[in-house]
Amino acid sequence: MHSETKLLVGSSVILSLAITALVALPYLQEEDSHPPAGLMPYTDQQLRGRQVYIENGCIACHSQQPRTRLQAPDFDRGWGRASTADDYFYDKPTLLGTMRTGPDLFNIGARQPSKDWHLGHLYQPRAYTQGSIMPAYPFLFILKNKASPGDTVVNLPPAQAIPGKVVIARQEVLDLVTYLQGMDHTYPVDKLPNLPEVDKGTSGQTSTGSK
Amino acid sequence: MNVLAILLSAFIIAIIGLMFFIWSQRKSLVDGGDAAARVIFGADEVGTIEDPSATPANRKIQQTHLYSHTAPGHRISDEDLQVRIRADQSSARVTLAFFCMAIFWLLVASAFGLISSIKLHEPDWLTQSQWLTFGITRTLHLNVVAYGWAPMAALGVCNWMLPRLLKTPLAGARYAIAGLMIWNAALIAGLVGIANGYNTGLEWLEIPLPIAVWLAIGGALIGMPLVVTLQQRKVAHLYVSVWYMGAALFWFPALLIIAKLPIHHGIEQATANWWFGHNVLGLFYTPLSLASIYYLLPKVIGKPVESYNLSLVGFWTLAFFYGQVGGHHLIGGPVPGWLIALSIVQSMMMLIPVAAFSINQHLTIRGHFHMLKYSPTLRFIVLGGMMYTLSSVQGSFEALRSMNTVTHFTHFTVAHAHLGLYGFVSLVMFGAIYFIMPRITNWEWPYPGLIALHFWLVVLGFAIYFVALTSAGWMQGKYMLDASRPFMDSVHVTQPGLIGRSIGGAIMTLGHLVLAVHFVLMLRRSGPRRESAAILNQASA
Repeated sequence: MHSETKLLVGSSVILSLAITALVALPYLQEEDSHPPAGLMPYTDQQLRGRQVYIENGCIACHSQQPRTRLQAPDFDRGWGRASTADDYFYDKPTLLGTMRTGPDLFNIGARQPSKDWHLGHLYQPRAYTQGSIMPAYPFLFILKNKASPGDTVVNLPPAQAIPGKVVIARQEVLDLVTYLQGMDHTYPVDKLPNLPEVDKGTSGQTSTGSK
Repeated sequence: MNVLAILLSAFIIAIIGLMFFIWSQRKSLVDGGDAAARVIFGADEVGTIEDPSATPANRKIQQTHLYSHTAPGHRISDEDLQVRIRADQSSARVTLAFFCMAIFWLLVASAFGLISSIKLHEPDWLTQSQWLTFGITRTLHLNVVAYGWAPMAALGVCNWMLPRLLKTPLAGARYAIAGLMIWNAALIAGLVGIANGYNTGLEWLEIPLPIAVWLAIGGALIGMPLVVTLQQRKVAHLYVSVWYMGAALFWFPALLIIAKLPIHHGIEQATANWWFGHNVLGLFYTPLSLASIYYLLPKVIGKPVESYNLSLVGFWTLAFFYGQVGGHHLIGGPVPGWLIALSIVQSMMMLIPVAAFSINQHLTIRGHFHMLKYSPTLRFIVLGGMMYTLSSVQGSFEALRSMNTVTHFTHFTVAHAHLGLYGFVSLVMFGAIYFIMPRITNWEWPYPGLIALHFWLVVLGFAIYFVALTSAGWMQGKYMLDASRPFMDSVHVTQPGLIGRSIGGAIMTLGHLVLAVHFVLMLRRSGPRRESAAILNQASA
């Protein structure tokens, strides 16, 4: 049984080391995170909208983590300053994302506050952005002949309007848009994000926000 | 920096410990390196090829080409033959069950992969239902590959190799059958859930805890035959494939359970997410596939692994370094700097186990490359092994900040992931299925031409896929870093590559259909009856 013991002990120890480094230590470090003063908790509707974001797999194409100005021109694109761990205080789970098939959305609410724009864009992205490859989400809307009281009618660009029909937003998409409108992390940071060592001192960027 | 000093010393101590550990393993084999590598052969068998996937004529060519100089009589003894036949019989049912599920999931995965791919250049196609939206079809594709095709194929191979490697019939196969049923039921539940929006929002961990726990239970049950059979083993030494399989079977449930613990929060949840995401590749699919190569390659060419000790070094260094590379998925993100630094270092250290394997494979096959012409299994696994080297080296360099800044968030990473999970894992699994099926069904592959067709379709399709997507991803990254270009330029520039990816993917899917049809024909025992069944002792006849 000698080899089996070695295998079991060796593979357990190695796995434990990995857990310590990538799970346990970050867990301990996370303990002293606190919400930044400028960050509002989500409203119930925003949380429902966040769930719609998760359900439809928006994370497959959109990140929520602007990079530093040293690394990428995210700030110049209007995606906001580099995010810090505290910015995600209310996020369960964090939706950092690994793809930018579409733009980063961490500050989409600040960049694009219009509800009409969001509703129309989700109904048909190509009506707003030429060459966009974002899917249309017609299943989040209802086509009706006439709006009933209480319906939210989507104001589409004239070219997209369907004669004799109105496009009504379902509750899910209204929730989703509320979530997107709330995506605004433009408040000042309490602490600087961890910048790579090599970048320190190579630019005035690091000193601007340090205490 | 204090943290840096602690980290650095911990790293050095760990490396020294690891080297000592490997050395202690080696010591016990100090005179037995060669003997240990011969464990997989019968007493007088070295020099005899075993290749059930080849036609009898090609088998004869292989045998005479390789060993024309050896004296006749170099073949497996009747006693060893009986042991091996009993081993294959003991695992036949369970392995076949795994393979049937694997082929089924392969087709499902191909369909969702292809749909997702087409959607990125035809965004108004199939938009009427939620479950067909890109975000969901892509997630379904990932989960079907990650929890359907790849593990079903690899665990089937694993259960078949065990009795051969331990030279005793497989015990506890019913645990594996139960595990298989639980696993697949959980997977179906998970997929239906994802299609309907029941999803955690964490990549690779989309299946929610109440269902995922059954995957972990199923995985643990599938590992039971290993535990039971090990206790009845008739070999003194555990061949390196057993190390890889044993560790992988232990790691998978552990990884899944820890990643799924409902305690993770904030940024730590993201690090735990990628700790799992990368480890399920590195500590589950990779070791199972390497175990297959370490067994099948020497068997097919009838020659032990060139350096057995190198294979053990490869095993322990893989386990150690791979476990800590997950943070490289978060470079540039809001995570602690030390964690990123650690993951980058370990990503580069991964070059050690990769070199250990690659050198070993090359030295073993050296001089026998023309055998690829005659042996379908060899063609798939040797190419798969090379893809392992390529994808690992590419992965190490992608972890470097300079390259990561360009490739992260782009299709380049998607192409890289497919180089690993398709180019390496899937090709090796195809090769293994071609080897094993004749052994467990006592029937030859009915149409050898279909094997060749499958091979060329997937190789051609994947070459198109990889080249198109890699170049599109690189340009996408370059354009995104260029502040003078609007973001939409980085979308437009990927279009030709994304269309190319769909063409490549369609050709790969055709290849999978060929495999599936051939698989069904074999099970139905149709097709021409060939001159001899691929029974063991026919190899050198």
